Amino acid sequence: MGMRRRVGGFVLLVNPILCDGFGHCAELAPDLVHVDEWGYPVIVTEPVPLANLAALESARYAVRGCPRQALRIERVSDPH
Amino acid sequence: MIAPDSLPRVLHGASGRPLTLAQHDEAFGPMPRTAPSLDLLEASGLTGRGGAAFPTARKARLIGDQRGHTKFMVVNAMEGEPAAHKDRTLISANPHLVLDGAQYLAGIIGARHVAVCVSRDDPIMVNHLQRAVHERDRHSARGVNFELHTPPWRYVAGEESALIHWLDDNESLPQYRPRRPHVLRIGHAPALVDNAETCAHVGLIARYGSDWFRRLGTPTSPGTALVSISGAVARPTVLEVALGVPVRTIIERAGADPDPQALLMGGYGGAWLDARHLDVAYSADALAPLGSSVGAGVIIVLPRTGCGIVETFRIARWMANESARQCGPCAFGLPAIAEDLARLVAGDSAGAGAAYDRLVDRCGAIEGRGACRHPDGVVRLVRSALRVFADHVEDHVRGRACAASRSNHHYSAVPTLEREEELIWE
Repeated sequence: MGMRRRVGGFVLLVNPILCDGFGHCAELAPDLVHVDEWGYPVIVTEPVPLANLAALESARYAVRGCPRQALRIERVSDPH
Repeated sequence: MIAPDSLPRVLHGASGRPLTLAQHDEAFGPMPRTAPSLDLLEASGLTGRGGAAFPTARKARLIGDQRGHTKFMVVNAMEGEPAAHKDRTLISANPHLVLDGAQYLAGIIGARHVAVCVSRDDPIMVNHLQRAVHERDRHSARGVNFELHTPPWRYVAGEESALIHWLDDNESLPQYRPRRPHVLRIGHAPALVDNAETCAHVGLIARYGSDWFRRLGTPTSPGTALVSISGAVARPTVLEVALGVPVRTIIERAGADPDPQALLMGGYGGAWLDARHLDVAYSADALAPLGSSVGAGVIIVLPRTGCGIVETFRIARWMANESARQCGPCAFGLPAIAEDLARLVAGDSAGAGAAYDRLVDRCGAIEGRGACRHPDGVVRLVRSALRVFADHVEDHVRGRACAASRSNHHYSAVPTLEREEELIWE
């Protein structure tokens, strides 16, 4: 119990239509997101292993902190 | 019956007026009374003619496999490309062939409703289709219900998800589709969107079979395609050509400049093709290694006297204006790209060198970050221009802007911008 094996990875996805470039995600998850010259997020595209708890935590903060609710975390079964 | 090796196929029997249903049945023969068959469509190897060249049978199978007893067939005759005239030509010649194909596809996926979409800014096309639909209602609409829809004309309004959004919610805006392939829905009902030309080909395949269809074209891209040629030609025309013929033959048939500088292939989201590659076959897999594609069947001929960078700038500026302004990278990025191109055209005094570097960076920054492929198309166009006109770009960067860039004679037809000063969003 409580010891789920953390296999696979996740990606952070943005809905570009909803996104208005508030930039909170880049502050909450600086390892995953940086903003372009217009303030819109550029997110790392390769899956991050779920074992990377710090990254997962920051991604969750970014999802919950997005004023437009444009972000979501998607699990990828195989990181490679 | 049309002879297998003869051209034209979908433009067969074209005269000044669209064929009536009786004339149409006489010219092409009746539709078969057997049940529509997906296997026949699959055997034909038909790919979509709207730009993406996706296999039509695969798309039909995807929608056909969806649950639900209400489904929609959507015919896309919006023709967003200003340089494309193929759907207009087709519908002004054989509107019933398009409707035949749509009816056949509707039968395959089990749809009872066919929505024919044509832009309201083209009243002649609306009129032709209205007549054709009315004629069918009176004669032979067996089970299928045709409806005409007329969204306003915009470049992105013809994009399939924007079209479905219009039918669903009267908003011609592209939708966010994180996973591909994506099933577009009107309400809860899955919808199959196919280009008008694709439907016309389906109408022929239904009648004459897949072997007949494959007699022209290459094994990987069989059949014929409509090509809209403009630019440095004797007269802008729409031709029907077999896929796989050399590009040189096509432009010769259109009476184009025999020694052009480059060709814009595919449309305004397409790519420039260097004139050194004029003998390449006109098919998706032959053009792909050159970074080009058949696209929506647009060819714009640029003569040696023209300036490719100016043409690219004009197209990019217009495309920036046509952005739906939904996604930041497209709404801000495309005007930025257009401005960089303007500096590049102006030459050294406007900071062309810095603009060139910025342009390369921004192309990389924008690509793949919109909900639809509109920004990707502009990026492809600009990148191909920087590659094909590399020497010419260098001249501009060095401050030796060409004479053509200062003249008022242009080869790409770009609609006038209504509000040029409003290129920057909000």
